[in-house]
Amino acid sequence: MFGNLSDRLVETFKNLRSKGKLSAADIDATLREIRRALLEADVALEVVKSFIASVRERALGDEVSKALNPAQQVVQIVQEELVTILGGEQRRLNFAKNPPTVIMLAGLQGSGKTTLAGKLAKWLKDQGQTPILVACDLQRPNAVNQLQVIGERVGVPVFAPEEGNGKGNPVSVAKDAIKHAKQKQFSVVIVDTAGRLGIDEELMKQANDIRKATDPDEVLFVIDSMIGQDAVNVAKAFEDGVGITGVVLTKLDGDARGGAALSVAQVTGKPIIFASTGEGMEAFEPFYPDRMASRILDMGDILTLIEQAQKSFDEEQAREIADKMAKDSFTLEDFLEQMQQLRKMGSIKNMLAMMPGANKLKSQLENIDEKEIDHTEAIIRSMTPKERKDPKILNGSRRLRIAKGSGMTVTDVNGLVNRFEQAAKMMKTMSRGGNPGIPGMPAGMPPMGRPQAKKDKGKKGSKSGNPAKRAAEAAGIELPKNDKGGSAFGL
Amino acid sequence: MFWRKKDKSVQEPAVIEEVLEEVIQDEVAVQEVEIPQVELEPVVLPKRSLTKGIRSVFSRIKFDLENLDELEDVLIQADFGVDAAEAIVQEVKNRAKKSGAKTEGELKLILTDLLTEKFGRDDRSLKLDNGVQPYVILVVGVNGAGKTTTIGKLANWLTQGGAKVTLGAADTFRAAAVDQLATWATRSNSELVKPSIEGQDPASVAFESAERAIANQSDVLIIDTAGRLQNKQGLMDELGKIRRVIEKNLAISEVLLVLDATTGQNALAQAKAFTEVANVTGIVLTKLDGTAKGGIVYAIQEQLNIPVKLVGIGEGIDDFGFFDASEFAQGLVGES
Repeated sequence: MFGNLSDRLVETFKNLRSKGKLSAADIDATLREIRRALLEADVALEVVKSFIASVRERALGDEVSKALNPAQQVVQIVQEELVTILGGEQRRLNFAKNPPTVIMLAGLQGSGKTTLAGKLAKWLKDQGQTPILVACDLQRPNAVNQLQVIGERVGVPVFAPEEGNGKGNPVSVAKDAIKHAKQKQFSVVIVDTAGRLGIDEELMKQANDIRKATDPDEVLFVIDSMIGQDAVNVAKAFEDGVGITGVVLTKLDGDARGGAALSVAQVTGKPIIFASTGEGMEAFEPFYPDRMASRILDMGDILTLIEQAQKSFDEEQAREIADKMAKDSFTLEDFLEQMQQLRKMGSIKNMLAMMPGANKLKSQLENIDEKEIDHTEAIIRSMTPKERKDPKILNGSRRLRIAKGSGMTVTDVNGLVNRFEQAAKMMKTMSRGGNPGIPGMPAGMPPMGRPQAKKDKGKKGSKSGNPAKRAAEAAGIELPKNDKGGSAFGL
Repeated sequence: MFWRKKDKSVQEPAVIEEVLEEVIQDEVAVQEVEIPQVELEPVVLPKRSLTKGIRSVFSRIKFDLENLDELEDVLIQADFGVDAAEAIVQEVKNRAKKSGAKTEGELKLILTDLLTEKFGRDDRSLKLDNGVQPYVILVVGVNGAGKTTTIGKLANWLTQGGAKVTLGAADTFRAAAVDQLATWATRSNSELVKPSIEGQDPASVAFESAERAIANQSDVLIIDTAGRLQNKQGLMDELGKIRRVIEKNLAISEVLLVLDATTGQNALAQAKAFTEVANVTGIVLTKLDGTAKGGIVYAIQEQLNIPVKLVGIGEGIDDFGFFDASEFAQGLVGES
């Protein structure tokens, strides 16, 4: 199997570096890899073909041959073209001049419409709107029930006069819902509809009838980001059958590359407005075309990563820590603080998954144990302020107390202190030499993965001079992670 | 051809009881017990779903030796994936060269045979045959693949054959998932084991389901699980726990991975991940009544050696059947 596109392009470019100018053959070789990557990302074949043709045309033009690094310029063109098709700028939701704004959801079975309805309602509510959910999926068993539960969870009322399960007329429910919303002065009406196949003419007509009855300001086509080549057929069918104004991509928290986004945007010419990224009701965000382009090409979502890091890591604090490290006054308290900063950025695993080429790191990612951070935190929190400032005073009885207080073993405490000392040493060196990492990132970011650590587990080293540790060894208790290869955070 | 159990008037319960007695009396008889053990009859499924959509793709290309590269495109459009499509085209070329095939009919026949061969294997049926009841079927998959619907159809098919079925509602996460399964339990005349409190640990529901299925002498226990994306380690671990908890009481006969036929290349990653934690024994390919072809199951079978066992072709309770290699291949390639 081939690796991801970045790896493959690096291979292709190796031969190109020495040349100053790209030949048509070079471009074709590059484009072949890109074609393959797009197909593996589930971009529809017809879309890939027209896409490659237009990139080729641009790449053969002057634009590239004059560039300093022509090969990378091709990738640049690819990225730009992708973003253009994906909608360029973000598009906002259209609101009606005279409320209520009506938003209708449509899509295949299992694409995530009902869950999305709840997320959208919550999002609108958080923005000061007064939304109401309308249960027009009278087909799937207990879909109405599901919407009611979701409505309750997000604190949004649900209009559901029919119990569903095959009974009731969704068109009249939709009609009544609009009347009801006007009467009760709801500002947004979100209409959940039954899942339907593009080739099911009867149900497509029904969807169109709901549209006519409600005259929506937005008809959002909800599509699963894992969908394959069929995305074009489905998108066409919904565009022709119901007429859509925008697209919502769901289940983007999975590891599918989501090439369908490109297919749908290209085929319908309609913008992707939202992305749904998890099971929680808040896992919902505006769609970023540039990030999606990177994801489809598996180039990593560096933008998101950097943004998140900047958001949570206060630059001033970073400077303070750097100062402290330089002055050799870096304490366990700072260590803990820094770790909490890291935590704020969200799950470390999620963060690393956004890095380019992270797919390859999957196995290593799995080795990162976030509980380890919890443990470290527990140990430090069990220390007195004095101990945190000056770990040197930690004698045997203090360590035993800390171990008991944190529910860990003395061996764990010892391990942490050792790691801290190493980290402090390392950071001192780094702060002198400057941090070559991403700006705004904390110094001493954990290295990705911990490929060595697991192997070290349980490996019995020399007899320890520490009685507790020796006892643990004798009892065959797992030793804490070896220091070597680990990071400042014991990862 | 899809097969379903013949008329429910066949006195299945009696058969099962007899069989059970036999089991008790004579351990050796265990091997021969088979549930459902009644005669099967073919179910004629709407052709529209399997053949029509697929054939229209093939009709676009001229099917001759010079044009064989276009065959690759067609296979890619059916979600076979680039690697599999290339390999298949190469193999068709090789066979055509050997046999001197030239006409469209001959080439189509080669392709049909090739696909039938590759898809063909004899472990398509559900392995409910070792006599140790209740048989357990664990149903897993990503969100929205059609797990609950599949369970409803499967339960109904089994109860129609006279088997006693218990459903375990271990999807305690999704809003109203338990209610949805309850509706299917009523429709299919199955017994339902629900969580006793909201948001109960799914593994404990699975455990209780196993206990209840044993107590009420069910023939088959089907466990529904919450949809989970395969890259969520925590949720995948939970699935492993569900499996282990059931195995404390009962052996699991089948772990069915429900796969939406519209899914693209990610389906391979799904199959890999679910097999790792839950030891998948078969695929259920759902939503084949749409325009999607589900070609990725080819790669799944080639790489992971997991057979497609069932296909779902609609929302009705009878809209499913057993996967048939030659029918699938013929539907894909069209009349030769």
